[in-house]
Amino acid sequence: MKAFLALIERDLRLALRQGSAIGTALGFYLIAVSIIPLGLGPDLALLSRIAPGILWISFLLSAVLSVDALFQEDRDDGSLDALAIGPLPSELIAVSKSLSHWLTTCVPLIIITPLAGLLLNIELNAVPKLLASLAAGTVGISFIAGAGAALTLGLRRGALLLPLLILPLFAPFLIFGVGAMAEAPGAFVQSILFLSALSLFSIAAMPFAAALALRLSLE
Amino acid sequence: MAELSEPQTMRSWRVSTLANPTAFMRLSGKLLPWLIALTLILFAVGLTMAFLAPPDYQQGETVKIMYVHVPAAWLSMACYSVIALSSAGYLIWRHPLADVSAKAAAPIGAVFTLLALVTGSLWGKPMWGAYWVWDARLTSVLILFFLYLGLIALRQAIDEPGRAGRAAAILALIGAVNIPIIKYSVNWWNTLHQPASVIRADGPTIAPSLLWPLLIMALAFTILFVVLHLKAMRAEVLRRRCDAMIAVHVRGDAAQDRAGGEAVSHV
Amino acid sequence: MFDLGPHAGFIWLSYAAAALCILGLVLWVWTDERTQRRRLADLERRGLRRRSSQQNQDKP
Repeated sequence: MKAFLALIERDLRLALRQGSAIGTALGFYLIAVSIIPLGLGPDLALLSRIAPGILWISFLLSAVLSVDALFQEDRDDGSLDALAIGPLPSELIAVSKSLSHWLTTCVPLIIITPLAGLLLNIELNAVPKLLASLAAGTVGISFIAGAGAALTLGLRRGALLLPLLILPLFAPFLIFGVGAMAEAPGAFVQSILFLSALSLFSIAAMPFAAALALRLSLE
Repeated sequence: MAELSEPQTMRSWRVSTLANPTAFMRLSGKLLPWLIALTLILFAVGLTMAFLAPPDYQQGETVKIMYVHVPAAWLSMACYSVIALSSAGYLIWRHPLADVSAKAAAPIGAVFTLLALVTGSLWGKPMWGAYWVWDARLTSVLILFFLYLGLIALRQAIDEPGRAGRAAAILALIGAVNIPIIKYSVNWWNTLHQPASVIRADGPTIAPSLLWPLLIMALAFTILFVVLHLKAMRAEVLRRRCDAMIAVHVRGDAAQDRAGGEAVSHV
Repeated sequence: MFDLGPHAGFIWLSYAAAALCILGLVLWVWTDERTQRRRLADLERRGLRRRSSQQNQDKP
């Protein structure tokens, strides 16, 4: 347990020290959101209607692009090998990495989402629902992304391959994430419940896949 | 890559016997001519029945597209199941043939999924007026197509065959677990955005005169898949045999150089 | 040939697509096996052996 917490603390401290990692993710998120009105036109009513979708999609893209570094840096400087022979089983290493990703990437993005939503003229009473859906769903996303990063660790074109592999798996999160804002009665509760279930399932299942993949890449 | 053992006489149908690549080559070689004949017969019968079948009272003759679209969609799912089962078998028991099966099936499944998408699109235009409507089934098949592409891409991206096989197996299982989730969520999404009148692609119920050709065609496609899969597996077994021989040879040469001319290769 | 109604083009295209896919797969799978057999025969001709027979050769 101590080792587990120590690992998370280490990753958090590293991320904070190299603020550029978090900053880059935030920057990409904002740019992705800003580019869309350039392509769609400044019709505020339209943007307001599709704002939740745009925000969720930009979020997914930012999450996917930032997870590559999750294991890569540790692999490059040898810490991954050190971790592998350490006391923590690979499954817990995977859990800790995924949690760190959520804390260092998803949480800052969630915090900045209302600001991004302003760019898209999002309805104010949609913001709490959006934040709730992000909070419920993004944990699962970090865990799936962690498994994907472990699978593509060290591959030449890993950075391109990783989005191809895990974006299809994000589809249910996206569907229910945006579905939380739907007009239909009960849609919000149903969506949040489903997102939470998806996240819990990912937390439970993905670390095993990630651990297998990690052991595979370290052989 | 696991070693290839000497040919065994087949005393019993134990799984371990079937896992022997040489036994597999012999078995499949005997089965294939029969399966090919069966495929041809089924397609002949199925196509005849399809074209003699009456038009649907709602869709007219375009319902005939169903006879290729539905089997292709069914195959895309079935093939993924084969990949998932093979992948589980490979991860749990390390059967080399399980990896061969998963690797061989992926491109075949991808092509049938693509066919399902294309025929679904061609069916959609006369039926719904657009080449692509984001209905639940087509959307799920589209995502399945991306899963197939991911499997193939991952295998190609990893040079070392052992790691490639196991990584692809892990990905296949992750995908398999997600497929029901994806289908459910796409369904939910679709009913959320579509008005109450849902147009079902095969009409309210299928009349028997339309059902029988469909079943025969589905069977024909399935046996065709078995033929293609077995053939692809055979090619892969041979490919691995060649690679193993080359590897032995290379190691033998290296040992020869080290031993200073003594032709010994301890593998 | 048959009268397949106003949307006959779509029907023929679908079956053509199916035929194309099936033919493509059959061709790929058949030529792949043939290529590998040829490769194997070539290697065997050049004197390479499989591991098991090589061990037998080395026994005194």
